[in-house]
Amino acid sequence: MSQLYFNDVTYQCGEHETVLDALTRQGVSIPSSCRNGVCQTCMMQSVDANVPGAAQNGLKPTLQAQNYFLACVCHPTEDMTVSLPDNTDRLLSATVTAVRQLNDEIKCVGLDCPTLEGYHAGQFINLYQDSECARSYSLASVPTDGYLRLHVRRLPDGRVSNWIHDELKIGDSVQISIPVGSCFYLPDAPQQPLLLIGTGSGLAPLIGIARDALNQRHTGDIYLYHGSHDVAGLYLVDELREMAEHYSNFHYVPCVSGDDVTPQYQAGRAVEVALAAHPDLTGWRVFLCGNPNMVKTARKKAYLAKAAMNDIYADAFLVAGAK
Amino acid sequence: MSANLYEKIGGEAAVNAAVDVFYRRVLGDDRISDFFDDVDMERQAAKQKAFLTMAFGGPVHYTGADMRKGHAHLVARGLNDSHFDAVVENLVASLQELNVPAELIAEVGAVCESTRNDVLGK
Repeated sequence: MSQLYFNDVTYQCGEHETVLDALTRQGVSIPSSCRNGVCQTCMMQSVDANVPGAAQNGLKPTLQAQNYFLACVCHPTEDMTVSLPDNTDRLLSATVTAVRQLNDEIKCVGLDCPTLEGYHAGQFINLYQDSECARSYSLASVPTDGYLRLHVRRLPDGRVSNWIHDELKIGDSVQISIPVGSCFYLPDAPQQPLLLIGTGSGLAPLIGIARDALNQRHTGDIYLYHGSHDVAGLYLVDELREMAEHYSNFHYVPCVSGDDVTPQYQAGRAVEVALAAHPDLTGWRVFLCGNPNMVKTARKKAYLAKAAMNDIYADAFLVAGAK
Repeated sequence: MSANLYEKIGGEAAVNAAVDVFYRRVLGDDRISDFFDDVDMERQAAKQKAFLTMAFGGPVHYTGADMRKGHAHLVARGLNDSHFDAVVENLVASLQELNVPAELIAEVGAVCESTRNDVLGK
């Protein structure tokens, strides 16, 4: 018999009971479907790393690393403190340390958050304009930077992005959530080739992931394809070219999909340029960030090019409905 | 008999081996790829895994009502016998690619066939 702590209430879990059965029996509503550890509808998270291995069967390594598990096949071996995945929002105070224009529509925002305990490059935070209005922004920094960095694109009717672009200044205090998301680098296969494809400010998490991999001495090739309609939509081009000169296994390919063909830029959409160069992705790990349609197309193409499903990490930048 | 099929075909390991081959085939098949082209590919792949577990006679049990409810939105989009046949065709080809013996493939085909009317809402 073990105990389950869920939303500040203690529940009993019988000898042969699963977490899902125990909570459901005691009146807690947990979404579930197949009840066989297959469909992942009942995914929950444990505060501690005491999740039985069988309850993580089939989950991505990044989710396993964050103690996610499937409640329907989880037989606790000791007491567990558990939550549903969206209960992880906890707010931290941060100070704006830098605001810098990256191109016409994207600004880099630096944040100092001393109470933040750790994160994975490539995760995202929610930045709060006030107590009710927040937007998600990916982290372009790596943990060793000592500060957080975001790339914020100004959206035409974007309430928070316009506030950030027009009003946020160095020294301001803001509230952020703890970093979340499972699109990040894991040092479990240092020789594995990595393919990173992003559009617009989808470059932010990819820079973090590439730098994190290089810091952790990744030896396999790392290809970064950044796409935009025109050259003006790209940014940090010189910095990334320098990085590619410095690291022999890092390759940077800026892509322009519009009509103006320019030397030193690949013509075409980033996804198509990348897949034409790497038609067989067997054994690769793929990271996709940016426009949701691009992410959807790229995910499918990468999978059809034989990347394994568990090796495709995606972060679609959804735009909140304008109000 | 169906528990027997699941064991003979190789259980969960066989499902894991088949799901990638099968899902890649249906996504690459223009006749039916639209029905499988979910925004959430992982959720879609997990569904295919549940489907294969069922088709292999394994421990996932859907009732006829589950099948009707689960496919009603696809029937509304035009899902018909030709699409059902194409899915079975891809499943058979996947199992052949994985060198599953013909008599077991025939048993899998029979399990699929038993769901046709419920899937198509007939």
